[in-house]
Amino acid sequence: MEYLIHLGILFAIYTILGVSLNLVVGYTGLLSVTQAAFYGIGAYATAILLTQTGIGFFTSMILGVILAMSISFLIGLVLSRFRDDYYALASLGFNVIVFSIFLNWQDLTRGPLGIPGISKPDLRFFNYDFSFSSNFSYLILTIIFAVLIYLVSKFIVNSSFGRVLKAIREDEKAIQVFGYNTLYYKLAIFVISAGMASVAGSLFASYITFVDPSSFYLMESVFILTIIILGGLANLRGAVLGALIMILLPEILRFVGFPSDIAAQMRQVVYGLILILLMLYRPKGFLGEYEI
Amino acid sequence: MNTILKTKKITPIISVRRVTKNFDGVRAVDDLSIEIEKGKITGIIGPNGSGKTTLINLLTGMIPFDTGSVFVNGSKELFKIKAYDISVFGSTRTFQDVRLFEQMTVLDNILVVLTERNVASALFEKHKKFHNQKAKEVLEKMGLWGKKNELAVNLSYGQRKLLEIARVLATKSDVYFLDEPFAGLFPEMVKLISEIIKELKQQGKTVILIEHDMSLIRELCDYVFVMESGNLLAEGEPKEVLGDKKVIEAYLGE
Repeated sequence: MEYLIHLGILFAIYTILGVSLNLVVGYTGLLSVTQAAFYGIGAYATAILLTQTGIGFFTSMILGVILAMSISFLIGLVLSRFRDDYYALASLGFNVIVFSIFLNWQDLTRGPLGIPGISKPDLRFFNYDFSFSSNFSYLILTIIFAVLIYLVSKFIVNSSFGRVLKAIREDEKAIQVFGYNTLYYKLAIFVISAGMASVAGSLFASYITFVDPSSFYLMESVFILTIIILGGLANLRGAVLGALIMILLPEILRFVGFPSDIAAQMRQVVYGLILILLMLYRPKGFLGEYEI
Repeated sequence: MNTILKTKKITPIISVRRVTKNFDGVRAVDDLSIEIEKGKITGIIGPNGSGKTTLINLLTGMIPFDTGSVFVNGSKELFKIKAYDISVFGSTRTFQDVRLFEQMTVLDNILVVLTERNVASALFEKHKKFHNQKAKEVLEKMGLWGKKNELAVNLSYGQRKLLEIARVLATKSDVYFLDEPFAGLFPEMVKLISEIIKELKQQGKTVILIEHDMSLIRELCDYVFVMESGNLLAEGEPKEVLGDKKVIEAYLGE
């Protein structure tokens, strides 16, 4: 049971990451490979604030979101000068930069040693204290955040704003002719998405009670990107499905009887093969409404 | 050079002053000055590569011009134009290579030009019903209402052209740049679009039309500019310009 709860929490966290990245990649057509940076900023904000100051989890989450949004604003400004493949490459560069900061700013992040001992959140309503120290209560908390972020994203993509995002993806110059300063739209969605990823980071840090840079390396951004390409670009349910598959797949492969000395490698191979086959025969992913 | 240059007094809605555009050393538009009269249908003709589309691209901020300046619809003197500003000047356009929002529905292709421009107001749109009504009106006019939920990418060539016209009609502009709106269309669609252009004129709108079909130019245009190699070869009313010997030689190659 604990095992299922663990998977449930990971699923909720990756749903947040997938849904938020889908806003940028699927709806707006900006191939961002830097989501793990904002995920990491949220995680480190919570880790550092909870272990070194007296402030609570939810305050640390809000501060993390503000920090991630501010940094993403600056990154978004630079990225707005790139298009298509170059956008992907430049965004990847930012992920590497943020990762090196996590790794090398040792006074703040303890570098590769990581930060242990991050506490679980408490909520205080008047005189009633509630602690999320059990995994089950933490599962409920992450699901609440995942649902909230899903609903906010749904509101965004169904609004006039969301329609303009899609038009930017289809033909940015053409939508400019109709009076839209697309820079503002691209920045707004990039910043919103980064804030959401930061929420996932805070939840992750407090759940695992330990953060180190390796969780926010470039491969993590690629992993999140894989979630939405697999589940379907420009479809929010696709991001949820993608997160479910990517969390469950390694677990399912665990039950396939590979010899124990090569099991880990074989899982990676099967995992890679499934992705290749999917891209060959179903490039839109399972529920995708847009193909890169 | 035996050009016909008019000095008639007009009320210009667009003035182009000594505008030049080079592409890697090739002069696409060469020191061009023209004035386009308000409330008229103005044709721009000329052989392929003469700079017609480039001129429209310059006037709609798709590409920057190198030198010169432009006045559009009462604006101050503009030395550069941003694409997202042209709707502020009351201008809109279609594209020679029909540019739709392909993986969006027909209805969304129209709604997206109707809704709020500002990011925050677009998130909390207040006039959904009004916009839907307007979109229905232009799509019905083009016979595309029945296709409103189809993706633009799945439309036929002719329907794509009509959708692009519907999109500019939805904008309520003063100046309409139409880049070869008739190319490759069936006669009944040609008729529909010519009627729409005439209607725009009746409503006091200004239409700038790039077109190769001389009979359509004769039928629709009040005034014609003939371009060749980025220069103005001739201008005037269609019947005199199209009868001009130089124009016939340069353009029709007869």
